[in-house]
Amino acid sequence: MSEAPNRADENTIICRCEDITLAEIRRLIAQGYHSIDEIKRVSRAGMGQCQGRTCRQLIARELANALGVKIEDVEMPTFRPPSRPVMISTIAKGEEGEGDE
Amino acid sequence: MSRNSADVVVIGAGVVGASVAFELARAGCKNVVLIEKATPAAGSTGRCGAGVRQQFGTRHNCILAREAVRIFEKMDEYLDYRPGVEFRQSGYLMVAYSDHEWNQFKKNVELERSLDIDVKTLTPEEARGIVPFLSLDRLVGATFCQEDGHANPFHTTFAYVQAARRLGVEVQTHTSVIGIETSSDRIQAVVTDKGRISTNTVVNCAGARSGEIASMAGIDLPVYGERHQILITEPVNACMGPMVISFHHDFYCQQTPHGSFIMGVGMPGEPKSFNIRSSVEFLDEMARKLVTILPPLAELRVVRQWAGLYDRSPDAQPILGECPPVHGFYNANGFSGHGFMLAPIVGVLLSELILTGKTSIPISMLDAGRFARGELVLEPTVVG
Ligand SMILES: Cc1cc2nc3c(=O)[nH]c(=O)nc-3n(C[C@H](O)[C@H](O)[C@H](O)COP(=O)(O)OP(=O)(O)OC[C@H]3O[C@@H](n4cnc5c(N)ncnc54)[C@H](O)[C@@H]3O)c2cc1C
Repeated sequence: MSEAPNRADENTIICRCEDITLAEIRRLIAQGYHSIDEIKRVSRAGMGQCQGRTCRQLIARELANALGVKIEDVEMPTFRPPSRPVMISTIAKGEEGEGDE
Repeated sequence: MSRNSADVVVIGAGVVGASVAFELARAGCKNVVLIEKATPAAGSTGRCGAGVRQQFGTRHNCILAREAVRIFEKMDEYLDYRPGVEFRQSGYLMVAYSDHEWNQFKKNVELERSLDIDVKTLTPEEARGIVPFLSLDRLVGATFCQEDGHANPFHTTFAYVQAARRLGVEVQTHTSVIGIETSSDRIQAVVTDKGRISTNTVVNCAGARSGEIASMAGIDLPVYGERHQILITEPVNACMGPMVISFHHDFYCQQTPHGSFIMGVGMPGEPKSFNIRSSVEFLDEMARKLVTILPPLAELRVVRQWAGLYDRSPDAQPILGECPPVHGFYNANGFSGHGFMLAPIVGVLLSELILTGKTSIPISMLDAGRFARGELVLEPTVVG
């Protein structure tokens, strides 16, 4: 592959809520952050408004490529309520999530 | 190949274990192994509010927090951490809603000032000058310390872990401690699901799981998990400086550098457990308290809600130091909601204690023996 398209690639925004590029994700994987949760904790990718709806899959694909595993084998983070941003003053009901530590 | 012997094995890579491991290596201890069953900051540390305050009602808490703040202030250089730990001294505003509470706050301020911690007492109107959203309803007074603040708990932990690694600490992630071997009254080895590490010194920094670790060494340590819940809103422009904390409502709320507000309330009757499910009741309670204390913030949207564990001790104070009858078994746990803010100084003191037998700040009143002696340490100023 030529240099140019690869560089363009690297500027792709992976997490639109938090403005995180592919290059940033690749750098973190190279530094040893090897799960979606770890990448989220260090970069905020997936912590924004959409709660990782789009970036989770993209990061999973990058991890699968970098670590040489199947995408299904990349550990998915826990999804936390509320699943849609809701105004505090109108909170009536939520959802249960997660389990024991 | 992982090491099969160590001078010191530190169990748990939350912020406390990471700090202890780093400080040991910094003080010259050559062979330190830090063991973490998941990844750094995967436990309570990664779930906490990460507030840092020096306003307490006991002398030792004021001093420990003050010294921790001094380390936070220089942490990026101290640990040579490029992304930065995002320590911001945006202050803590503690609000009082009864005369009883106000009298306690005034006593605290006297103590804090005697220890060189710069805290002011404020009238309700002055408090509102600092946080314009604050409701004056039933507010009696407030205290404010500008040097209090918060940091990023992930970056703080990663900073310690990376600095520790550079000094030769071996960090074993995805490795669980499953046993501790002792012979007569000495530690012999730590057994993990990946192997055995012979050592005479163990530091128990397993957070809410510290009771489990202690029992592996035959020690009965009264530390248990207690769920605490928290939420984060959408980010908005910077509009609130300090952390607002009300013991009366068991409530705290803070805007992060990112613009989101994080806030929590204690839920009455929370049982001992390792449960970290989020509950609907928490959202209701949070909404109810927020509307009374900081009404305009109720118009923000919640983007995420989660829960974590307090590593509770019977008197809600940390347990620090060697733990008889087993020589070489040290605790740094039981922080009960203050482990993040104290971690930097706790690392220094544990390292001093392990390597020299003495500490530069007295911590002997925080030993595990106090429960049997009936000498509980009572801190009047805690949430939850
Ligand atoms: C909602 C909430 C808000 C909070 N807010 C604040 C705050 O504003 N300020 C503050 O100072 N504190 C706060 N706290 C408290 C703070 O989170 C803790 O006191 C602190 O994180 C304790 O750190 P730690 O390193 O001791 O524990 P942890 O971060 O829990 O680390 C312990 C580690 O040990 C590992 N471990 C456990 N068992 C084993 C085993 N068998 N083998 C190997 N590893 C093991 C775990 O995986 C974990 O990573 C809050 C807590 C919660 C839940």
